[in-house]
Amino acid sequence: MSLIEITEVRKSFGANEVLKGINLDVEPGEVIAIIGKSGSGKSTLLRCINGLENIDSGSISVAGAQLQPDEIHLKALRLKVGMIFQQFNLFPHLTAGGNVMLSQMVVKKTAKPEAEAMAHKMLERVGLAHKFDAYPDELSGGQQQRVAIARALAMQPIALLCDEITSALDPELVSEVLAVVRELAAEGMTLLMVTHEMKFARDVCSRVVFMHQGRAHEIGPPDAVFSNPKTPELKQFLGML
Amino acid sequence: MIEFSLWDILRNLLLATRWTVLLSLVAFIGGGLVGTLLLFMRIGKRRALRLFARYYVELFQGTPLLMQLFLAFFGLGLFGIDVPAWLAAAVALILWTAAFLAEIWRGCVEAIARGQWEASSSLGMGYVQQMRYVILPQALRIAIPPTVGFSVQVIKATALTSIIGFVELSKAGTMVTNATFQPFTVYGLVALIYFALCWPLSKSSQILERKLNVAHRNH
Repeated sequence: MSLIEITEVRKSFGANEVLKGINLDVEPGEVIAIIGKSGSGKSTLLRCINGLENIDSGSISVAGAQLQPDEIHLKALRLKVGMIFQQFNLFPHLTAGGNVMLSQMVVKKTAKPEAEAMAHKMLERVGLAHKFDAYPDELSGGQQQRVAIARALAMQPIALLCDEITSALDPELVSEVLAVVRELAAEGMTLLMVTHEMKFARDVCSRVVFMHQGRAHEIGPPDAVFSNPKTPELKQFLGML
Repeated sequence: MIEFSLWDILRNLLLATRWTVLLSLVAFIGGGLVGTLLLFMRIGKRRALRLFARYYVELFQGTPLLMQLFLAFFGLGLFGIDVPAWLAAAVALILWTAAFLAEIWRGCVEAIARGQWEASSSLGMGYVQQMRYVILPQALRIAIPPTVGFSVQVIKATALTSIIGFVELSKAGTMVTNATFQPFTVYGLVALIYFALCWPLSKSSQILERKLNVAHRNH
């Protein structure tokens, strides 16, 4: 059984069908890049996987936890998949450490000393142990995004969803975030990332999904997808036509 | 004819000021509690409660406070319930203040970026946890300046209760004028006293706004 099973998922916003029957199975430890034009449904797909959007039909399960719209099922699912956002979404009223500690204490009811130890460990993992007491507005974009990664990791998810996590960063800050992601991939974390970093996708990912008009138009290992695209849409997207 | 010194006038006005202050406090605290209740109905998940709070706010914001005072004072009298002026004044002001505070606070909660809800959801928090640990702490910060600012409106609104016969600062001003025939002096003093109550509040609202903005300079 695959770790993440996405079966015939459909989703519409009003009359606009954004996902037209997506099928994708992800094995443990796989790193998947989802690429495609804006409006192709790639972010929506990612947001459906942890229930930020409701799906109209089809099914999604993560390590046996089914996506259901009620709060209990959603919580069980969200404990298994962490999510990182384009806009970081750190809690501005808490320090970096506080951001990483909050959900452990509130959701998992971890005792404060343990949550704090975990926060130190996770911040160290993203290279920010020294920023434990800094507030988000005292950190650069790259640092904020790394805190967001630490915050997601502290919940010990079995998979991470990354929604264009470098798109809001200044170019010189992109590499520090990608370095953290690369390390996570090397450690065997299952990753699904919507990205525009084609070189990164090529280097790190095990599979690439090209989305086009609400469908998974082409799926394959990065070499095949980037060097030998089969469909004209993908060729055009990659600038080969 | 009896002569009144300036001190006689001022002393009587100051004594009545106690009731203005007390009524303002009651309206503000009571209105704050009812307003909190309305706020949670308004932003909650139950549709019936949301609609109730919305229509409540629209009703109280869409009618003059004076009519609300009349209805509280005379309206209940029609059912044979004798309502003293102080009770009618307190009830009407509490309900009126609640409507405005609920609406101010709703704006503050809705000003919190959607990403905050999404991030806390994705970490597994439920609605109550999100409210308590993520949304309200941030909303509270931005709510302080407009809330303090609105307290000025409450103080000035208490003047209307003089019309149903509650003896606070304005009513005392009228009574003292009738006795002394010095309307300019008396109402001048009344205005000064209102100003002395309101100005520090408006000023502190401005200062708070600047302070809290500085804390959010990068957002």
